[in-house]
Parts: sequence; structure tokens; C-alpha cells
Amino acid sequence: MTEVRDSSPDTADAPQSFSTAPVDGDGAPVGIGVVGWLRWAWRTLTSMRTALVLLFLLALASVPGSLLPQRGTNPIRVNDYLADDPVKGRILDRLGLFDVFSAPWFAAIYLLLFISLAGCVLPRSLQHWRTVRSRPPAAPRNLGRLPEHRRVEPAAEVQPQQTLDTAAAWLRKARWRVDTTAYDGAAGTVAAEKGYSRETGNLVFHVALLCLLGAVAYGSLFGFKGTVIVREGSSFADTRGQFDSFNPGKAFQDSSLPPFAFTLTRFTAAYQRGGQQNGAAREFSADVSVVSEPGATPTTGTVQVNDPLVVNGVKVFLVGHGYAPTITVKDAKGQVVFHDSVVFLPQDGNFTSTGVVKAPDTVPQLGLQGFFLPTAAVDTVHGPHSTFPAADDPGVFLSAWSGDLGLDTGRPQSVYALDTTHMTKLGIEALRPGQSWTLPGGHGTVTFDGYVQWASFTVASDPGKDLALIAAIAAITGLALSLLVRRRRVWVRVSSGPGGVTVVEVAGLTRSEHTSVAEEVDALATALGTTTSSRTTAPKGPEENR
Amino acid sequence: MTVNETLATYSNYLVYGAMAAYTIAMIAFAVSFAAMRGRDLVPAASVPAGTEVDSGAVAVATKVATTVGGPDDGALPPGRRAGNIGMSTTWLGTILLGVAVLLRGLSVGRAPWGNMCEFSMTSAFAIALTFCLMSLRRDLRWLGVFVVTPVLLILGAAMTFLYTEAAQLVPALKSYWLVIHVSAAMICGAAFCIGATVTVLFLVADASERRHAAGRNYPLDWLASRLPQSARLDAMAYRIHAFMFPLWTFAIVAGAIWAENAWGRYWGWDPKETWAFITWVAYAAYLHARATVGWKGRKAAAIALIAFGCFVFNYVGVNIFITGLHSYAGV
Repeated sequence: MTEVRDSSPDTADAPQSFSTAPVDGDGAPVGIGVVGWLRWAWRTLTSMRTALVLLFLLALASVPGSLLPQRGTNPIRVNDYLADDPVKGRILDRLGLFDVFSAPWFAAIYLLLFISLAGCVLPRSLQHWRTVRSRPPAAPRNLGRLPEHRRVEPAAEVQPQQTLDTAAAWLRKARWRVDTTAYDGAAGTVAAEKGYSRETGNLVFHVALLCLLGAVAYGSLFGFKGTVIVREGSSFADTRGQFDSFNPGKAFQDSSLPPFAFTLTRFTAAYQRGGQQNGAAREFSADVSVVSEPGATPTTGTVQVNDPLVVNGVKVFLVGHGYAPTITVKDAKGQVVFHDSVVFLPQDGNFTSTGVVKAPDTVPQLGLQGFFLPTAAVDTVHGPHSTFPAADDPGVFLSAWSGDLGLDTGRPQSVYALDTTHMTKLGIEALRPGQSWTLPGGHGTVTFDGYVQWASFTVASDPGKDLALIAAIAAITGLALSLLVRRRRVWVRVSSGPGGVTVVEVAGLTRSEHTSVAEEVDALATALGTTTSSRTTAPKGPEENR
Repeated sequence: MTVNETLATYSNYLVYGAMAAYTIAMIAFAVSFAAMRGRDLVPAASVPAGTEVDSGAVAVATKVATTVGGPDDGALPPGRRAGNIGMSTTWLGTILLGVAVLLRGLSVGRAPWGNMCEFSMTSAFAIALTFCLMSLRRDLRWLGVFVVTPVLLILGAAMTFLYTEAAQLVPALKSYWLVIHVSAAMICGAAFCIGATVTVLFLVADASERRHAAGRNYPLDWLASRLPQSARLDAMAYRIHAFMFPLWTFAIVAGAIWAENAWGRYWGWDPKETWAFITWVAYAAYLHARATVGWKGRKAAAIALIAFGCFVFNYVGVNIFITGLHSYAGV
């Protein structure tokens, strides 16, 4: 659809337009009934102007998706926004502005655009198919009016038909599509056309975009994406229940989850030490032991950023990491009521992490909340915080609570938050690895045994992605053809002029913007004889010096 | 692999050297532009594009234009000498900058575009190199000042508030797709920058020619009279954009393949992806507008500038003001 649609005066007598584009819909018709109106609506929808407006709308509609937090990429920030400004937040939410790319109005724009595109491209494909199979258009009556025109004098002994044959052979060799009308004593012509791949590429590009949309839709229907946090020494089995979050496509079946399991044996991270980028991550690596299906022998592997693990056609990506302090809680009698490594979530670049320990198996129930600091520091401005992401000098900073954890209310609770409405605070303590804290009031002891690291993984499958890639490659190829290939025509006419003189004319035209067929017309003219007069349209290109 | 501080330091010195060369080039181009004999706007504007001209006349005109610029000619046209100085210092600056980029890459043992400082530096080199290569085929002295000035500004930004010490990459960027995806984006950025410059100049020339056709003057006539005809500027801008649009598409697709390999999805509407998409749609709109009756010329040019604005926002705005998956240490 990048062809020029109007006709400029210098090519007005060209036999037919190069473009197979339908003519833009003109003003709304009057008194034509329902069918007429439908036809008018269809013509308007499939016109280039409408496509242009829809393209603008699509770009404009995407903008809020990048400026406001989106549920798909950052649900936590959406909730923060709603909590900070409930009134505005609710209005924005109602308008779908936190879910722009799955909002109905966004879908409406791109669906209309794709219908418009299909309505434009499909008829043009048929038209192009016919053009490609038909002969190059016959020579216009007056070749002298074409943008490029040469008058050639062939060598004396050359017969008119020989000139035509030479021209046809020359053109065929240069891979032009050629059609010859034999010399009948008065005149004969050769018509040739080249650069059909411009329109082919144009159509391939637009059809590929339709395929791309289909591939995206297919992938989002039948694919899935889940994330899971795994601590060092712990395992994950690929079932829905084990994911921390799981987003299946609408047509996804749990039975298509391939059965595999892996254990995170070791997580290593390296950071820049010193310099302007002190603390910047330099390397992440998760060593895993994988069981590809139940009963299979475990194999070892490594998952790194940019280097996912592939198991049974599913990819496992390393997307995040953090620390899990190991905490032991004993009750007043010295009985262990809690012992585990608890996932704490990083809050800043130095992995100041927050988390919660819930010990429900004691009366009254105990809860801990606080910080894990890989390189611990406390000051009056920041409170407890970490000064480096590596665990150089780890510590925890915990507050202890006793009472009712609220786990029996039946309401789902976050494992990262402590509901302290029915609890009383016992105290605050900072602990180094191995240190214990005797809780005030004889509630028992808390021991900070050490820590393990955790890694978060995304497990994803998108069955549409191969098709999407093929469509994207086709789109780029088509685009390059449609923008770089020139569509052009040349004609050679041999006629007997006044006084029995044989007149040989070579002429050509191109309809691709800012291109010229002059060089080819010159070359052909030279192949046929001596150019006696030549006329060329002033080149519109910037090559010429001013 | 550790950072080679010596090479990084030499790289910085070379950037300063290149900036000095570009400063001289900018001044020389500006002098040349100011001294140039402006063309008469009225007849030029009254000749519609595509009018048939006898090829003999064109040949003569071209010949005159080239011989006048010949080195043996005693009387150079006004501004030609300064223009030549501008052109050679631009080449000098570009060579220095090219070596600087190379040394920066060698000092850290990777592609030198891992943060905004390096990206800006390499983009400036890409813009300058594109301009130099384009100038091999045609006389672009008139364009020099409009290209060297942004190059200088970008380099200034890279060496001051964007400056980042040579360092290793964050794990997210350790992939050969960094070379493919980012270099494609940089080349597009360079060409889009020149395309936008030519488009602005087209708008000036077009406005001036329109006024003159209506028998009026335009405040920027002094500028327009020294530029090529608007039709030619328009064609030049179109060629740059049309040539780069497939590459920009490729840059986005390469980014999508990388994203699939790093994050498990090829498209996730991350702010960077969203703005890359907006930029793509805007340039697509430009190409369509050029083929739509009533949208050619000024309107299409405006769309091209909006598209370039989106590209710049995607680089500067998204990196600095919006957090997303494309936010990395050291910006």
C-alpha cells in the first residue's frame, strides 16, 4: 500500500495505473439503500485514509500503556496506584487504562485496522495475481510523452524486425517480462515490465502482519506462563499447584503441562565491587538438577539470564533472585515450633529484603516480621538497610508478635505479610548468624541460623511463537522488496517514418516514487544503435549537485 | 574479564579530540553556509517538480556545478573553502570517534553499547559516519552544520551527565543479541536523525517556496535560499526513511527474539517495547501518508517528525523517567 494512488500529469497517458489499489471512497452517496450504505462503509473502512487514522489511533492508544503501570507487567504498582489515589485509580481502572493492551477499545482499534488491511490487501492480491499473469501493457500511442524517451538510429543494414528481436533478447536477458508485436511493414513494438516484486512484497508484508496477529492470538490462547520461587535445596515440580502465579491461555489444558521437576542445588551471583557501578550485578547462575519425566535419571544443568533451560519443549527462565534467612522458633518449653528458610523479597538494589515468619503451632501464636540485610547497616536516616547486594555481613532485624495470626478466618493471606490486628508486639532485635533472641514474657526463643539464596523462575510455553517468527521474517522481506524494488516499464517502437526512414524509439516510465528508469532506457538505446535525440524528466532525486 | 583502564582513558581522550574536530567542522560549515550565494527562490519555486527539462541543459548545469568546485579553479565560490574545511574536519572527527568507540569496546571486551553513555557515543559515530558516507556520492556541504551540531550535542551529553565508567555488563545484557539488536537500533537512530534534519529543512524550504509563489516573503528565506529545492529535500528524506524502515522492523523483531530468550515472551508491552511499537506505527503512518492523496508534503513531513520524536523519547524518556525491564545499572 505504499504505491502512489493518484496519477501525475506526465504519466496520464500510461496505459494503466501500476497500482492495483482501489480508489479511495468518495463522499457518502445519497439514496442508495442499505446495500449502498454497506458498500460505502466497506469502501471507507478499507481506504488508505481510514487506515492512516487507525494507525494514529493505535499509536496514541499505546501511550497510556507505557506511562501508567500495567497489570500484565507490574500488578504490584497497579495496586499501589489504586491505594494511593482510589478515586482517580478507579476511574482509570474502569476505562481499562491499567490493562490497555487487553482493553476492548484497544482491541477494537487493531481489529478495525486489520479488517481494513484485509479488505484492502485481498482484492489487491487477486488483481496483482492477474497482472503478473497477463502481458505487459501495450505501448502508448505517443512514446514521446513518456518521462524517458530516446530516438535511436540503428546501423544501416539492420532490418526493423531485427531491431525488435535485439531489444526483446536484451530485455529478456535482463529478466524483464517481454511482449512483442511483430513488425508489419508500418510498425512493431516490444513492451516490457519489471519489478513486480514491489507489489508482491507489499502484499506479502501486509498478509504477514495478519499472520502475525493470528500467531499472537494462537499463542496467547494455547500457551501458559507461570512463575515460581525456588530456594537452594528445594524442588519444583511442573504442576499448576506448585506455581506462585500461573497464567494459562483461555484454551490451555493442564494435561499439556509437561511433567518435569528440578531442584535448585546452588545459586551464584557476582557483583561489581568498587567504582561508579558498585553493586551492579555481573553474573547470575542457577545450578539445577532436572528430572525430565517421572522416573527419569536426574541430569544437571545451569540456568542463566539469557540462557534458559529447555525441558520437554518448555523453557525455564531465570528471572530473579533473593535471600531466604533460616529461622528457628522454639516455644517456652524449648520445643521447636518452626524451622525453615523463609523467602524474603528484595526491596532495593542492595537487597534490603522484607519477609514474615508465621509460627501457628504454639499458643499464643507467634509471628515475626522484619528485614534480611545481606550487608547489614543501621542508621537514623534509612533505618536497617543493606549496603551491598552480596551477603558479606548478613543480619536480620526482626520484630516479634504474639496473639492470633488470623489463619483460621478462611480468608486467603499473603505469605509475605503479617496481619497484626489481633497480635501484640513483643519487641525488636537485630541478629547475626547463629545468634538467638529470648523473647520477652517467656514466649520462647528465635534463632537466626543462617541463610540460603532463592531464585525465581518463569516457566513458559508459547506454541504460536514459531509462526510469529516466520511471519515477522516474511514481513521484513516483503517490506524490503516493496520499498527498495522499482516497478518500471519500457517500450521499443520501430516504425517507418516519412520518406521510408525507419524510426526507432525507446521510452520508459516508473511509478515508484523518486526513481528513474533513465539508465536502463539509455542502456537499451545503446544496444539498439546510436541515440540521436534524448529527453529525460528532471531527476527528482537528491544525487545531482546543486 | 577485567576492565582495561588505560584503553578506556585513551578512548575518552579521543572522544575529546573528535569533539574538537567537530567544533571546527561546525564553525566551518556555519561560515560556509552563511557565505553561500543563496539561490533565487522565485523561479525555483515556480518550476513544479517533475517538469521536463532538456537533458542538455541539465548536463550543462551539472557540469557548471562540478567544475566550479574544482580544486584548480582560482576563484572558489563563496563559502566553498570553509565547506571543504568542514568536510575534512568532519572526516577527521569521525575517524577519531571511530577509534574511540573501538578502544572503549576493547577496554571492556564487549560491544561498546552497554549503557546510555556508550550508546550515545556509538550513535554519534553512526550519525557522523552515515553523513560522511552519504557525502561521498553527493555534495552535502549545505547539510553539514545541521548534522555536526547534533553529533556534538550528543557527544557532549555522553561525556557529561550520561558519562559512565567503562565496566562489565549486567547479566541481562550478556547476549550476542546485544550486538545484533542494539546495533540495528543505533543505525536506524542515526539515519532517522539525519532524516528528521532533512525533513525540518524541507519544511523550511517548502514554507519559503509557498510564500514566494504567493508573492510574499518568509522570515527564514535566508536559510531556504541556501538549501536545495524542497522537492529534492522531500525525496531525500523519503529515501532515508524508506531505506531504514525495514531495518527498524528488523531491530524490533531482533529485540523480540532476544526477549523470548531472556524473559520467556517475545512481546510483553514493556515501556521500551511499547515505544518501539509506537515509533514503528508512526513511521508506517509516514510511509502511508506519502502514498495518500492530500497527505503528501507538509503533513507527511510532520508525521515523520512525530515519529522521530517517539524514537528520541523511547531512548531518553523511557530510559530515564520510566522503569521497566530495559532499566539497567548505569542507565
